This record gives sequence, structure tokens and C-alpha cells, in this order.
Amino acid sequence: MARIIVITSGKGGVGKTTTSAALAMGLAQRGHRTVVIDFDVGLRNLDLIMGCERRVVYDFVNVINQEANLNQALIRDKRCDNLYVLPASQTRDKDALTKEGVGRVLEELAHGYDFIVCDSPAGIEHGATMAMYYADDAIVVTNPEVSSVRDSDRMLGILSSKSRRAESNEEPIREFLLLTRYDPARVEKGEMLSVDDVQEILSLTLIGVIPESKSVLTASNSGVPVVLDRESDAGKAYSDTVARYLGDEVPHRFLQVEKKGFLKRFFRG
Amino acid sequence: MGLLDYFRSSRPKGSASVAKERLQILVAHDRTQRGRPSYLPKLQQEILEVIRKYVEVDMNAVSVKYEQEDSHEVLELNIVLPDTVQGRI
Ligand SMILES: Nc1ncnc2c1ncn2[C@@H]1O[C@H](COP(=O)(O)OP(=O)(O)OP(=O)(O)O)[C@@H](O)[C@H]1O
Ligand SMILES: [Mg+2]
Repeated sequence: MARIIVITSGKGGVGKTTTSAALAMGLAQRGHRTVVIDFDVGLRNLDLIMGCERRVVYDFVNVINQEANLNQALIRDKRCDNLYVLPASQTRDKDALTKEGVGRVLEELAHGYDFIVCDSPAGIEHGATMAMYYADDAIVVTNPEVSSVRDSDRMLGILSSKSRRAESNEEPIREFLLLTRYDPARVEKGEMLSVDDVQEILSLTLIGVIPESKSVLTASNSGVPVVLDRESDAGKAYSDTVARYLGDEVPHRFLQVEKKGFLKRFFRG
Repeated sequence: MGLLDYFRSSRPKGSASVAKERLQILVAHDRTQRGRPSYLPKLQQEILEVIRKYVEVDMNAVSVKYEQEDSHEVLELNIVLPDTVQGRI
């Protein structure tokens, strides 16, 4: 049976899709059969980040409405055999996602995969609640910024009250904090909330810190999940995050400003 | 302490600490709202409508306070009537 992971945030544009693509690719590369689903119906862009936009024929809503079967809609990744993408529809709206429909599709996928990664749309309304409803695990993507942290906290409230697990009194969803777009230099100057600040407020298990990095845009420009860029800081940080998710103990990197040359060290004492 | 740190420490503290303080207050407030039954806003609205059948009051005349204690919940309704009406009732 697959484990269902939702990538959620409340606030928009914080890095959910970037994270969904990286996590799914990372899991698949480690040999786990993985499918990543775009729940952002109407604004689909996971396929762009994954670089498979030209191979989209049928989408998630087609499968829910039984206009296509899963095998017709799933796109196999060209770089990794264990990875499949279920794209979102561009023409429907989020109401096309029904609890029953989503449940049916996840149920069918659960038999053939180890992990199902759900890329949530922004907001706390219907689309976002559909993405998290069936989750076993939630990765709450947060930027070190007031509105993002606040929305993450609200999302935590929703995860613990409106999910399938909450409604059926099962063990609650496991919740993890992923801090993204982290800029250690600004943190050092007191211009940005630190990892500790955010953790103190949200008190969640920290699964990773992804630095603000130019490599993320480069990766999205070319449709390659950034985790495949092994040279980049963001790629490495995502890779560590995947390892931690799978239970490895990996120390956090990129939390401090990189040591510069001799002069700077001299002045810093 | 390095030379740069010396200059640094004389500057006002960064905006991050302001952000943190604001967040602590915001989140604490959000969390108290969270456990509230979802019917409260509607209840408040309907009570206000009933009162308005008899007296003219503004939107803020009715306040609903909800608190959860260990074994029970407390619903506190506060209705403020305008001074001028009091004599009539
Ligand atoms: N670590 C990072 N460093 C630099 N830029 C980043 C980082 N993470 C995300 N971004 C950029 O932020 C923007 C939003 O990212 P992304 O689309 O993943 O967010 P999202 O949460 O899925 O947004 P939405 O809520 O609209 O679905 C993109 O332009 C992306 O390139
Ligand atoms: Mg997105």
C-alpha cells in the first residue's frame, strides 16, 4: 500500500510544486515506485516543472470523471522508470475534484505504488482540502516570512481537523516542516526569521531547509526537478530532505553563510 | 569580536525580531479561534437580526465569546443596547 504525502502551505508561491517534483524524483531515484499528482486544477504547472508538458493527453479530472483510465493519463518520467506524473486539467475548475472521485483514484494508485505525492494548490479552500484529505504525511512548505508562517499554522489546524484520519479518529497525519527560500546571510543580519524562530512558532519536526537559490529557476526553465542538479545547494538540500523523509539521519546544511575568503574571515575575528 | 560585528551591534535590531513578535501574537490568536464551533458567526448574525426587530443597534452590539475549559464549554453572549432605548423597554 502506498503512503500518501501532501505538499501543502496555505500561502501561494512558496515552493510546493518545486518541492513536489524534487521529492517525487528523489524517492523514485532511490528505487521507490512513485506517482506525483497535480491537484492545482486550472493552473496546472507540475508538468512544466517535471518537463513533460508536451506528453499530457488525459488528466486527473478525466480520470475522476471516468473519461480515461489511469494508465492512459499517467505519464512515465523519461529519466526515471519508477516515476509517474498525473497532470492536472487546465480547463476545469477545482470543484471538479470530489472527495469520492479523488478517493477512488488514490485507492487505485495505492496498489501499484510505494508513494503518492500530492502537489496542493495554494489557499485553504476546496482544492487544498482535497489534496490533503487522504494524506498519511504532510510536508508543510514555509518561507521565513510572517504571512507564510501564519498560513502554515492555519494549515496545521486544518490537517488535524478536516482530514480523513482526523474524521475517522485514526492516528493523525505526520506533519513535517520544510523551510524554503532560506537566506542565511539575511538571517545573520537579523533581516529574516531564522530556522529556530520558525520552529519555535510552529513546533514541527524539521525535515529540511532549502536555501534561496538561482538553481531553482534554472531547473524550472529546463523542466528538470532541481534535485537532479547535484552540484547546486538547493539540489543537495532537497536530496538530504528525501533521505530524512526515508528515515536517515542527515545533518542540515546551508544554514550558515558560506565562509568567504581570507579578508572576510579576518574582519569577522 | 570582529571589526564588522562592532559596527553591527550598534545598529538597531533587525526586522526579523519584529516579525517574530507579530507572529507569536497572530498565531496565538488564530489558535484560540480554531476550536470554535463553526456555527458561531451564523448564531451571532441571527441573534443580531432578532434584536434588530425590536431595537436599532449596530453591527457590534452583539458579541459572542466562546471558551473551552476542561470539561465544558462556555458560550458568553453580550448584547449592548443603546442608552436611549432603555427607558422605553
Ligand atoms: N529555494 C528557492 N530558491 C529560489 N527560488 C525558489 C525556491 N523555491 C521556489 N522558488 C521560486 O518560487 C516560485 C514559486 O515556486 P513554486 O511554483 O514551486 O511554488 P508553489 O507553492 O507551487 O506556488 P503555487 O502556490 O502558485 O502553486 C518559482 O518561481 C520558483 O522558481
Ligand atoms: Mg504550485
